[in-house]
Amino acid sequence: MQTNAELSPANEIKEKKKKDHILLRSILFLLPSWIILLVFFVGPILLTFYFAFTNLSLTGSQAKSLEFIGFQNFTTMFQDPNFRISMLNTIVFLLFSAVVGQQVLGFILAVLMKERNKSFRRIIGIIVIAGWVTPEIVVAFCWVTFLSDNGTLNMIFQFIGLKPVAWLFTFPMVSVVIANIWHGTAFSMLVFQASLDDVPKSVEEAAKIDGASRLQILLKIVLPMVKGSIVTNMILVTLQTLGVFTLIFAMTGGGPGTDTQTLPIFMYNQAFVNYQLGYGTAISLILLLIGIVSSLIYMKYLKVKI
Amino acid sequence: MSRFKLEKIMPYVILTVLGILFLLPLLWVAVASIDPNAQQALKTPDSLTTSNFTSILKDPAILRSFAIGLFLSVGQAVLVVILAGMAAYPLSRYALKFKKPFMYTVLFMTSLPITAVMVPVYQLFVYMNLQDSLIGTVLFLTASGMPYAIWMLKNFMDAVPLELEESAWIDGASVWQGLKRIVAPLMIPGICTVAIFTFSGSWGNFFVPYILIQTPENFPASVTIFQFFGNYGMVEYGKLAAFSLIYTLPAVVLYIFSQRFMSQGFSLGGASKG
Repeated sequence: MQTNAELSPANEIKEKKKKDHILLRSILFLLPSWIILLVFFVGPILLTFYFAFTNLSLTGSQAKSLEFIGFQNFTTMFQDPNFRISMLNTIVFLLFSAVVGQQVLGFILAVLMKERNKSFRRIIGIIVIAGWVTPEIVVAFCWVTFLSDNGTLNMIFQFIGLKPVAWLFTFPMVSVVIANIWHGTAFSMLVFQASLDDVPKSVEEAAKIDGASRLQILLKIVLPMVKGSIVTNMILVTLQTLGVFTLIFAMTGGGPGTDTQTLPIFMYNQAFVNYQLGYGTAISLILLLIGIVSSLIYMKYLKVKI
Repeated sequence: MSRFKLEKIMPYVILTVLGILFLLPLLWVAVASIDPNAQQALKTPDSLTTSNFTSILKDPAILRSFAIGLFLSVGQAVLVVILAGMAAYPLSRYALKFKKPFMYTVLFMTSLPITAVMVPVYQLFVYMNLQDSLIGTVLFLTASGMPYAIWMLKNFMDAVPLELEESAWIDGASVWQGLKRIVAPLMIPGICTVAIFTFSGSWGNFFVPYILIQTPENFPASVTIFQFFGNYGMVEYGKLAAFSLIYTLPAVVLYIFSQRFMSQGFSLGGASKG
């Protein structure tokens, strides 16, 4: 508001005071959230880095005498066949339920729903979103009963003359992957619907006049135009799926055996079933590092203005 | 001609099949909840009943868990809106040196998986003597919801013109009063969106209370329903379905509400429309 010529020494002091005042007020307004974030968000993250290098335990003598043990948790972890299995399970779960399942199905739904009858589009949308709004624990029940020995799926199987299958025991990973796709697809569908709406109609029409088929238009024109939202959606969905605990815990408990034991389940078992909090935290650290790297990539692609 | 017809019909066929596949697992819950003799598989009930619902709603332990769930989620949503709203104000109104790094940190935090820090959070609660504390759980949930809320509310606040506030200042209002009486009411759609998102997130959250709360009397609905499933899940299908439906209802209702707010939020400029 003030031009330089007007800045007399007295005004300068006034200006400085005003600036200090603004800074003070800003800090006052920000302080409560800083404190709560520091104690309950940043604190646990820093503790993860610390506890991962200790022998922290939930019970016994180690519970009282916390010791720094260097990389011992990690050497144990990398030799632990359970860790390798969990890592592999996590990758399979991420790849099939998030990257492929939710993304591809969400994209197909968004493409097919475009330019359909409005009320038809609405009904399908509501059904898909219902699976998304349902809390994870209820999603788990729905699928456990749906897939159970006497469940709806086996009833359909018997109806068409097929033998019933013990889904949760024979195909546990497939079961949790499908349940997670069912729960998460709506998010990708909504993201892709929004980005497909942004593709200008004129571009598609021009290609149509030039004799391009529907598939050609979709693959060569629309797909490259929504590439950005595919990348950001992929990272977001990956991050959401990385932390999935409830669904698997309630459906299979990580079993049978270790068949659906992903990193979060493995972490929980080590920390709260075997009481090895230090070891459990070391596993958390791996999860956290994957999360941190993905978040950084996400921010790089997002290109937000602040 | 026939190819043209096929191209028109195919999407409807595929979508219908997908819709049925999506609907099937959910349909069971709805039907079983009103079936006095519900089984694991979907079937048309011989008669209809509301007894599944009434027996769930008459159980004092379940009602208590709903109340605790409400306390956790409402407590978190209110704290998040107030604290994040305060934080958003200077971030939206002033040119601060630390604004950019802070907002980037906030954005970074929104995408970190909370699951990854639950083991150290548990230990932190032991250190601070907060195990089994509902207040402690609310505070942790608040922290986990803050980054998203700060980010959203700052953007919503950017859309509220400064002039309205300035005229209030001239009339003698303080900055705090201006925020409370001028800015906040204009941000109602944004505040509701954040509050609903926060509420639904913790209402549906099982892992956090499962780790932080030990006494069964202090369990919120998300944990009670898990126990109910473990104890009676293979016997009382009808009751489990009714419990699930009642528990899911707030999330559904609030989602529908949020849709209304979101579409209103974009036409915020025309305040006279009211």
